Amino acid sequence: MSLTTESSTNFWLTRPFSERSTQIFLGVLLAALALVTILHVVVPPDNPLHVGAYTVNLFGKYLSYALLAVAVDLVWGYLGILSLGHGAFFAIGGYAMGMYLMRQIGERGTYGHPVLPDFMVFLNWDSLPWYWLGFDMAWFAFAMVLIAPGLLALVFGFLAFRSRVTGVYLSIITQALTFALMLAFFRNEMGFGGNNGLTDFRELLGYNLRSNDTRLGLFLATGVALGLGYILCRAIVTSKLGRVSIATRDAEARTRFLGYRVERFQLFVFVVSAMLAGLAGALYVPQVGIINPSEFSPIFSIEIVLWVALGGRATLYGAVIGAILVNYAKTVFTGVMPDAWLFALGAMFVLVTVFLPKGVAGLFHHIRRRKREESTEESTDNPTASKEASA
Amino acid sequence: MRRFLSLGLLCLLLLSITVNAQAQTDSTAESGDDAAALELLEALDVSSYPAKGEAIIAILQSDDERARDWLQSLLDGRLQRADDGRFVVVLDNSGRDWPVADALTGEPLGEMSRRDLDRIGINNALRNQLRSAIAVVDLYSPDVERRRTSAERLLGEVDEELAEPLSELIAEEEDGQVVRRLTQALAIYQVESGQLEGVETLRGSLHPRIRVALSRAANGDDPIVADAASEALISIEQNLKINRGLETLYFGLSLGSVLVLAAIGLAITFGVMGVINMAHGELIMLGAYTTWAMQQLLPGQPGLALILSIPAGFMVAALAGIAIERSVIQFLKGRPLETLLATFGISLILQQLVRTGISPLNRTVVTPEWMSGSLVINDALSLTLNRMYVLGFALVVFAGLMLIMRRTRLGLEVRAVTQNRAMARSMGIRATRVDIMTFALGSGVAGLAGVALSQLTNVGPNLGQNYIIDSFMVVVFGGVGNLWGTLVAGLSLGVINQVLEPWTGAVLAKIIVLVFIILFIQKRPRGLFPQKGRAAEG
Repeated sequence: MSLTTESSTNFWLTRPFSERSTQIFLGVLLAALALVTILHVVVPPDNPLHVGAYTVNLFGKYLSYALLAVAVDLVWGYLGILSLGHGAFFAIGGYAMGMYLMRQIGERGTYGHPVLPDFMVFLNWDSLPWYWLGFDMAWFAFAMVLIAPGLLALVFGFLAFRSRVTGVYLSIITQALTFALMLAFFRNEMGFGGNNGLTDFRELLGYNLRSNDTRLGLFLATGVALGLGYILCRAIVTSKLGRVSIATRDAEARTRFLGYRVERFQLFVFVVSAMLAGLAGALYVPQVGIINPSEFSPIFSIEIVLWVALGGRATLYGAVIGAILVNYAKTVFTGVMPDAWLFALGAMFVLVTVFLPKGVAGLFHHIRRRKREESTEESTDNPTASKEASA
Repeated sequence: MRRFLSLGLLCLLLLSITVNAQAQTDSTAESGDDAAALELLEALDVSSYPAKGEAIIAILQSDDERARDWLQSLLDGRLQRADDGRFVVVLDNSGRDWPVADALTGEPLGEMSRRDLDRIGINNALRNQLRSAIAVVDLYSPDVERRRTSAERLLGEVDEELAEPLSELIAEEEDGQVVRRLTQALAIYQVESGQLEGVETLRGSLHPRIRVALSRAANGDDPIVADAASEALISIEQNLKINRGLETLYFGLSLGSVLVLAAIGLAITFGVMGVINMAHGELIMLGAYTTWAMQQLLPGQPGLALILSIPAGFMVAALAGIAIERSVIQFLKGRPLETLLATFGISLILQQLVRTGISPLNRTVVTPEWMSGSLVINDALSLTLNRMYVLGFALVVFAGLMLIMRRTRLGLEVRAVTQNRAMARSMGIRATRVDIMTFALGSGVAGLAGVALSQLTNVGPNLGQNYIIDSFMVVVFGGVGNLWGTLVAGLSLGVINQVLEPWTGAVLAKIIVLVFIILFIQKRPRGLFPQKGRAAEG
């Protein structure tokens, strides 16, 4: 659709700024961030319009989910790979952040050990496992937030794409991947806190995680990360590389016959997506205050796909809308009638795939196109577009 | 030490019992002396434990034919004294008021409040003494089962005084199993007292107590006996290893048969329609719940209910499958990934339906009597019957599906559609009908899997979820659209899992298997037995 956008600039990273959809998205995002900040800081607490710290935190959580959904949409929407294991990358990014936050606790843990986190003291370990080393340094931990999931995606993707595992098969083995990781992280011997995961965090870069200001800061940081991630993804999909990806999605064999090394494009996009998911996880953990193996569960991963499907696949902004809508619904439902949530979620899966294959974003398109067709009779768009809309 | 002493005391009495045992079986009139009996029981109702021990010996000596019942109820804590001084045996101590019977006459006395009853307490030393005493008494019982258990109990408990009467008993005993056990029990005593012939008898036996006795002898003072014992031990260990291997294989095949059952329906639908049915696990769950419902409908007849639930489970799951196909999947033709999502939604709904409709807790499904228990091969290897039945059931279901696929019109059409849908349609096969029938068949088989699983695991809302990923792995590993592939993949994954488990633990074994499959898929993306075809892509 927007692939044909003529770019005014040739630099690929700034190209998205000339797109109307990106401009609107960034505008809405900035406005939302500003609005929440003003309502939180300026409006006094007794005013009904005031946004409390809890709500800011909740929004921050939604935004990190939105970033995760963008990452999934990048591979599903533009590469045709339905990953049922993106929760794994999210969780690994989260664990990297969690390890840093654990090391920041220092001597203030229940057992007061200067180096070892509480759960290791509890397990009678006398020293840190090697893979915990370095996580007391913020730069190292933040780098690992991107590197660890990226590396996993690189190895996994290299093996999978090289032997041309695609379609449903790929979906199933990504699911197996996250399932295996979940089982592994549940083990105490792994050194990641087992069942309970990592929790009881105190501060991030010296800021107390329980203070309202830090929460607002994290919310804003997540918003900025979402904006940057969105721009990056947009830049990728509008670049030449992105076009090859889309060609791969639509006709993999044909693209290969044209001479493109399809697996390299797939691998690159897959790794970028995994890193974005890791970043989302790292932003999520300090806001919810815990990371445990349940983030690896296959159900969570498949839920992310629902967000994207509901919002509209291959639009990126649809993924953001979907993530926020579904999670808002989840918050409301689990509060009001917890039993009904799974019914609602299940029904959403069915209804969206059967009746709303293009998601909420597709609905927007449909309406806009209708209006345009009604207002200007002679402007016959391309006939395929209207055919698409009616299909 | 104390236990051996008391056992020794008992054995002194044994000869007298032996003499009287014959007399007891044909004359019951002699036991009528209630005053003496009461005196015997009175002696039990003292606070000192050593005194109670003597009272127990007195009871044994008394030749009273009720002695065994008294000792057993004393051991179970059911021998009690009522407020009015009578001794009673509590028949059932589950409710508030307990039905009791007179300990002397055996007449039922109706119910008594537990507050009116005083239990005759025993301690652990007495408990051991009682067990040995009952075992010795039981050796003279006319009931074969009783003699067998008591002979089993005597392994490693024989001492000097018991040895001689025991060999006489062996000569008189008719039941082969009892003879073997008693001979072994005697041999253990011989080994312990340094006689070499005992080792010969024990050679090749796999019973854990015999191994303990032999290894004790192997570390003993007598060099000749120690050598012989350690030699015997080595051959026993080897034998044991083989048996453990067989046991692992059995458990592996059993787990594999469960995987095959769970996966084979999935293989059919996936192969024919290219559709991933994420709700397959919930169809399994429906089958299991059908079994439960059947047992609720036919209380007291778990076996009949189980047999009836085989067709019922098939029908329920098949109908659910048709409903899913008609209401959702047919609208998602040619979009396998969307089908995956939609069926996942259905699985969530079905799960929650069971949780709110029935209960979030596990339901118990009764195992009928003919399925419980185990087949004892030898002392180290016994095969549980329910797993055996499930293994057989899986093979029967597999054979049935094979027959349908190879020998019926439906099978022919299914294979045609699997190989080339467009071509099959142009040859006049109604692909839509084939789709419905295949989906019903695949779902029905899932229901059968549920019926079988209800005999092995808990029946709860999460039952299906636990098997869905494993089933996918089996299908992917075996190759889509190939039933033999599913069978081989399922059984081998089951065995691999069980072989790994002792070394790595259950969780790590599972992880290793998953990683193995992920790597395997890289090597052979179409599974063990790929479908032949010329197309560049699936």
